[in-house]
Amino acid sequence: MDKRLIGKRVVRNEDPRLLTGQAQYVDDVNLPNMAHAAMFRSEYAHARIRSIDVSKARAHSGVIAVYTAEDMGADCYPGPPLVSPPPTVKDVIFNSRRQVPLVKDKIRHAGEIIAVVIAETRYIAEDALDLIEIEYEPLPVVADIEKALEPNSPLVHDDLDSNLAAHLVQKKGDYESARASADVIIQRRFTIERGTAAAMENRGIVAQWDAKSEALTVWDTTQAPIPIRNGLAARLGLSESKVRVIAPFIGGGFGPKIMMFYSEEMLVPWLAIKLNRPVKWIEDRRENFYATTQERGQVHEVEMAFTRDGKILGIKDDFIHDTGAYDPYGLTTPLNTQSHVMGGYDIPNFTSEFRVAFTNKTIVTPMRGAGRPHGIYVIERMMDIAAKELGIDRVEIRRRNLIKPDAFPYEHGIIDQAFAPLIFDSGNYEAVLNETLKAVGYEKFIKEEQPRYRAEGRRVGIGVLPFIETTGVGPYEGARVTVEASGKIAVATGVGTQGQGHFTSFAQVVAEQLGVDVTDVRITTGDSAHFNWGTGTFASRGAVVAGNAMHAAATMVRKKILKLASKVLNAPEEELELEDGMVRVADIPQSSISLSDLAALANPLRGAVEPGTEPGLEATAYYGPQYGPTAFGVHAMIAEIDPETMMIKILRYVVTEDCGTILNPLILEGQIHGGVALGLGNAYYEKLHFDENAQLLNASFMDYLLVGSTEMPRIEVHHLETRSPLNELGTKGVGEAGAIPVPALFAQTMEDALYDYNLEIRETPLNPNRLFEIARKEKTA
Amino acid sequence: MKPAPFAYYAPTTLDEALSLLSEHGYDAKVLAGGQSLVPMMNFRIAQPAVLVDINNISDLAYINAEEGGVRVGALTRHHQSETSPVMARHAPLIYSTMPKIAYPQVRTRGTFGGSLSHADPSAELPTLTTTLDAKFRLVSQRGERWVSASEFFIGLYTTALEPDEILVEGFVPELPPRSGWSLQEVNRRKHDFALAGVAAVLTLDESGICQDARLVFLSVGDRPMYAERASNLLKGQTLTPEAIRAATELATTEEIDPGDDIHATADFRRHLAKTLCQRAIEQAHQRAQGKQ
Ligand SMILES: Cc1cc2nc3c(=O)[nH]c(=O)nc-3n(C[C@H](O)[C@H](O)[C@H](O)COP(=O)(O)OP(=O)(O)OC[C@H]3O[C@@H](n4cnc5c(N)ncnc54)[C@H](O)[C@@H]3O)c2cc1C
Repeated sequence: MDKRLIGKRVVRNEDPRLLTGQAQYVDDVNLPNMAHAAMFRSEYAHARIRSIDVSKARAHSGVIAVYTAEDMGADCYPGPPLVSPPPTVKDVIFNSRRQVPLVKDKIRHAGEIIAVVIAETRYIAEDALDLIEIEYEPLPVVADIEKALEPNSPLVHDDLDSNLAAHLVQKKGDYESARASADVIIQRRFTIERGTAAAMENRGIVAQWDAKSEALTVWDTTQAPIPIRNGLAARLGLSESKVRVIAPFIGGGFGPKIMMFYSEEMLVPWLAIKLNRPVKWIEDRRENFYATTQERGQVHEVEMAFTRDGKILGIKDDFIHDTGAYDPYGLTTPLNTQSHVMGGYDIPNFTSEFRVAFTNKTIVTPMRGAGRPHGIYVIERMMDIAAKELGIDRVEIRRRNLIKPDAFPYEHGIIDQAFAPLIFDSGNYEAVLNETLKAVGYEKFIKEEQPRYRAEGRRVGIGVLPFIETTGVGPYEGARVTVEASGKIAVATGVGTQGQGHFTSFAQVVAEQLGVDVTDVRITTGDSAHFNWGTGTFASRGAVVAGNAMHAAATMVRKKILKLASKVLNAPEEELELEDGMVRVADIPQSSISLSDLAALANPLRGAVEPGTEPGLEATAYYGPQYGPTAFGVHAMIAEIDPETMMIKILRYVVTEDCGTILNPLILEGQIHGGVALGLGNAYYEKLHFDENAQLLNASFMDYLLVGSTEMPRIEVHHLETRSPLNELGTKGVGEAGAIPVPALFAQTMEDALYDYNLEIRETPLNPNRLFEIARKEKTA
Repeated sequence: MKPAPFAYYAPTTLDEALSLLSEHGYDAKVLAGGQSLVPMMNFRIAQPAVLVDINNISDLAYINAEEGGVRVGALTRHHQSETSPVMARHAPLIYSTMPKIAYPQVRTRGTFGGSLSHADPSAELPTLTTTLDAKFRLVSQRGERWVSASEFFIGLYTTALEPDEILVEGFVPELPPRSGWSLQEVNRRKHDFALAGVAAVLTLDESGICQDARLVFLSVGDRPMYAERASNLLKGQTLTPEAIRAATELATTEEIDPGDDIHATADFRRHLAKTLCQRAIEQAHQRAQGKQ
């Protein structure tokens, strides 16, 4: 019998609960005497608050309380910095400015909270919001990231002498001398605009204070429940053991839900204690558009040096990154961009400089892709441009530069988002490229199909491009695996879950070690009462970091099982097998014991035990990588475009992913499908439209265009498995992969489809109108 | 995103509903499918003091074939129009356009009368009923009147309805023989309101000359934009590519008034209208010749 469970298409343990509406989300938490909060948010992006009058709101029937910053007094101070600046890079500038629970004097982005109303119902609370009167003094607005850094720009933070939030330079080799010896130098400018993650479930918090036992319970849609618990305990002056944070089922995280501490996360628990009543706040979609963090705004000025035959000699990239009004998340996103600007290529010389700008916009923190799509967009657009200028096929020029299989581990000599050295652990990049070309039928398309389409007057293009994804960064995660008296396995970990299939893929890892059915492994994620060490779900690290902690803990439990069973069955450990919830002596099936009986023996109710014995069949283990593994993939697309309407139809979409050992292909493919959907949004649909006053013009799903099932192509996913040598399981992350290459791929495909327009696309997201303008301009030029 | 407080009535007869409207006047709003009104209330853009829910009034949902056309009750859901063989036979332009309106969830609630009364210039039904020269029966306690589609749609979200009136039904004339029709539109996503669109109906005489034509645009003005001069230009003509181009040119340079928004500039909308108008006339022409 094949005992392997890792790598199997196991259907998800959590689905019955999710699909029948039985899973608990934060908004399902309803407590006796619970009050409801609604936030009064600034309509201005930049303004001084002259006066606040909440008296009418307070007097409104059904209102319990209204708080402003002044009412909150000394408790109204900023949240902690999440990620400090890289200590290892010299001359780094980093100005840390963090959000407060309630704004007292100066508004720095539309949607900041000025007052909170707590009422018997959310309806009443919202009615009372209409009664709050604020007198603002509007200030000149910093809406554009380039203008933000000009000398005369208005200041987002008056105590700084510019809007520079950070500045950092990283170098490898010597770009200037590479440039001097180059045959061809290419310079371009690229702009990437903002989008939002638009998780199906908005944020939400319910806080309950038990005054008698001085214990606080918080249900929070956070991706990082443990840091939230620790931070709340510190803020509120409580013992960590008296604060329980539960991140139940969450309808999508995508990064923004890890931006601890949101103003509301500081506010709602404080209110529950203050009022001695449970308080619920559920973010609505409009609030989400203003208050939940966003990402993607960057402007790049790039230069690349090539030899005549297309070998990359070096790259120099200067970019500005928009952090919005505050920078609680440090430099994660721009560092990620820096780590991806070289793509999967062997580039000896590299200089990258970034400046991070404060603007009067919603805070920027990592969002699925997290700086990586920018880097890939830049390098892959440059590769396409170089291919054209040098007259080399676009696949061929990439092939010539991909890192070779024998070059791993490939050390870049710069640092990554976790300040660890950027090292690509392993890979077989060209094989992934070849697999994709074969699957999409590249040769045949170019030679036979495309000419036929073109003869018919149809504009059908193909795109193919590679990307890397740095994943699975530290610091660490942990897991506890327990064989319960029932013989079923209980597993707890600190990471939260937002739809990734943790209850199944983690269960597979554990079940394989312990010889039980996947459905007999019950996973608890994101509840500090069950496991209180960990950082969170982000950076495509669940399968790598938590997964390997699971594996380590399960392996330890397996050892304990074997040791005890060996005694009980009077057989050497090597002869024992774990299967079907039983331990058997190989070849003597009648000599066996169930895990349930073993668990009872390991936790006796009477009698003496040997010294040093630990009760139970349980183990806790942690895994923390020195640096994260790097995954690789290639996407290909064939799409048709109507050049009059710029409406597109994607005819083929092929993905080959190599994220090391696959835990569950079904879940992996789901991750890729979702990622591609976001990527397509970032390429052609989703854009936050801000006006010159940093007012968001499309704060609803009527006008913020998410890709729906009707826009999604069928996605063909192929796999290669180059195990990571960095961890026991050999896994690399995949959570963000799908989204990363799509905007660059889309641009390449459109240029190919509209071949007779001679397009060069240098911005994302596009839309039909913009593509039309670019095409017209280039055609007449 | 909770609505402001309101009083809610759910009358079971038309008379009761009319009396409530007459009593509350401008403070009241009819609630039909709620697909446009409820979102506006949740955004607090609309804050009616009184809601008169007409969903419990029986006999307002029907699609009946009649001499010369089809009668459609105000509470007919989009989904009913989309699946009705009567609609398919007598008003194929409406029938075949229904799947382009929103997505199934919205179509099971949204109503014929609601879409017309809401008068969104990007909505299909106002344009289609204008193209087909439909008329609507408006009823109040003061009596009833029939108003033609071209007089009904006055401007942005504005119709000939008085606050005490309910649109009870519409009459959509059937197209004569040798007629063809087409609706062309461009939507960012399949279910979105169109960036621009146009409906065309043509009737040919026995020799194939265009006898009658109506071109009406959506999303390029504050109401369904009937291109009367361009339509007239087609009449009496053989529909050669030049004739089609000339009418398209006239319609899209002089008879529409597109605006800018985040989804498209006026220029792009005009360009789309032009592309689509040409395609619509061509397709309607094909159909009129029995070719499709
Ligand atoms: C996501 C989404 C996408 C959509 N996409 C499209 C689209 O692509 N194309 C399109 O055409 N529409 C679209 N719609 C609108 C949809 O067709 C609505 O159903 C329609 O506009 C309103 O119909 P309703 O019955 O829901 O009206 P309601 O929302 O109930 O009412 C709308 C207005 O009409 C008034 N009213 C309703 N019925 C009457 C009546 N009988 N007499 C007098 N006044 C009345 C109401 O008082 C209100 O002011 C979309 C809606 C949604 C939510």
